[in-house]
Amino acid sequence: MKNIWLERLSPWILTIVLILLWEVIVKGFGISRIVMPSASESFYAIYEFRVGLWKSSLTTLYSTVIGFGIAVVFGVLMGVAIGISRPVYVTVYPLMVAFNAIPKVVVVPILVLWIGSGLQTSAVTAFILCFFPIVVNMAVGLATIEPELKDVLRALGAKERDIVIKVGIPRSLPYLFASLKIAITLAFVGAVIAETVAGSEGIGNLMLVASSNFNTPLMFAGIIVIAAMATGMYGIFAALDSRFTGWATRGSMNFATAGG
Amino acid sequence: MAFIEIEDVDLVYRNSFGHEVSDGTLALSGTNLTMEKGEFIALVGPSGCGKSTLLKVVSGLIRANKGKVTVAGETVTDPLKIVGMAFQNASLLPWRSTRENVLLPLEIVEPHRQRFRAEKAHYEDLADKLLETVGLEGFGDRAPWQLSGGMQQRAQLCRALVHEPDLLLLDEPFGALDAFTREELWDVLQALYTDRKCTVMLVTHDLREAVYLADTVYVMSARPGRVILDKKIDMPRPRKLEDLYSRDIADLIQELRHHINVARTDE
Repeated sequence: MKNIWLERLSPWILTIVLILLWEVIVKGFGISRIVMPSASESFYAIYEFRVGLWKSSLTTLYSTVIGFGIAVVFGVLMGVAIGISRPVYVTVYPLMVAFNAIPKVVVVPILVLWIGSGLQTSAVTAFILCFFPIVVNMAVGLATIEPELKDVLRALGAKERDIVIKVGIPRSLPYLFASLKIAITLAFVGAVIAETVAGSEGIGNLMLVASSNFNTPLMFAGIIVIAAMATGMYGIFAALDSRFTGWATRGSMNFATAGG
Repeated sequence: MAFIEIEDVDLVYRNSFGHEVSDGTLALSGTNLTMEKGEFIALVGPSGCGKSTLLKVVSGLIRANKGKVTVAGETVTDPLKIVGMAFQNASLLPWRSTRENVLLPLEIVEPHRQRFRAEKAHYEDLADKLLETVGLEGFGDRAPWQLSGGMQQRAQLCRALVHEPDLLLLDEPFGALDAFTREELWDVLQALYTDRKCTVMLVTHDLREAVYLADTVYVMSARPGRVILDKKIDMPRPRKLEDLYSRDIADLIQELRHHINVARTDE
């Protein structure tokens, strides 16, 4: 029993140790707060600028979730299309790889030109960043159905649609959830990039303003808040994952994970 | 007219994507075979001789390039709908319980498909009874990964038979099991066969298995495969494992082995 508690607590213990280390090193070496604020100064900044941080966080969270939501809907549809149809796979997949290879930060100015700066730009950037891993994982789950199983079903007179519904979709759920955990953190990256490059609000913009004011404690406060939000969202999807696809951790499936 | 007639079938070898290879290597060449309804046959031969391919041709999953395949008086052009299949790999769905795995065919095959939701309790009962006959009583709620390899194969046999197919196609279903479990499952299969009187085609590498279970054993040549020998097995049913050790049967197995060895060295 003791070991289980220790296992659960160990990441928190490490977090506290790192924060203490941060405090001691910054204070011990007498580093200027403009270069590197101490942990206590950073956490105090969260309290001090709570109104602005709260508003910015909500803005960032909002655009992240919208971009992510759209990516899930279209990513799953696209993944299904690519996974079940070889012609679609052959035609679309190489282009998707090429688009995904573009560093996303360079498309933000173009987006600004097209749709202006603001929430919509952040949401679209979040979408662009997290779309690819969802598509790839969904497609992998569908494309790797055991051929014997397909034969069993086809010999019963199953249509392609039956195979997808009875086997393909349930089988690809663990792949999908694995990708959602990656995608939600990427969506945050996308939203903050857009806010930093082109935004007038959100955590990314707040960081930019803090930087130009040499308000380093606020910048660290922003980092802590965004990290906490992204980890929290990751936690939600990890919980959903283990709830809906617990069978997979017992089976012998291997997951392809893809980053962007 | 026989239940299954395979006449002069040629099949071009396909790679793992299902595409025919360009040099036109034949997997089957001039294959002939006829089978009566209710008969149990076994196909043996050197590895890569096209035994499994022949099963797929019969089931309509692959179309022959030349020749004619008829099942129950009709030429096979599309996948048949009266077939149950089982393979070496049990391929049960890990997100379904063992019972739900057995029920899978009923969710696809007509007329069960229409009634499935309405008569779920009835069908679950049916699945449980079937699981009981293969010695899996009380395992319906277990997840497939909680079953041993032999139990998974039993469940797979149930899945292959639940919709009462006219034709059962078995592709080395016991190939990955240990010798004792395999012999147990021979008797399970024999009991199911005697009970249901369906027509069975069994592909196997195990000559004892072939002789023990089949009415007729067909020996195939090395690739491109065709049937080079058929051997009637005159053992009354129900057969017992001891029968395999009688002089006649031992000689018969020796003879089959000899033919396969010749076929292998002819390559």
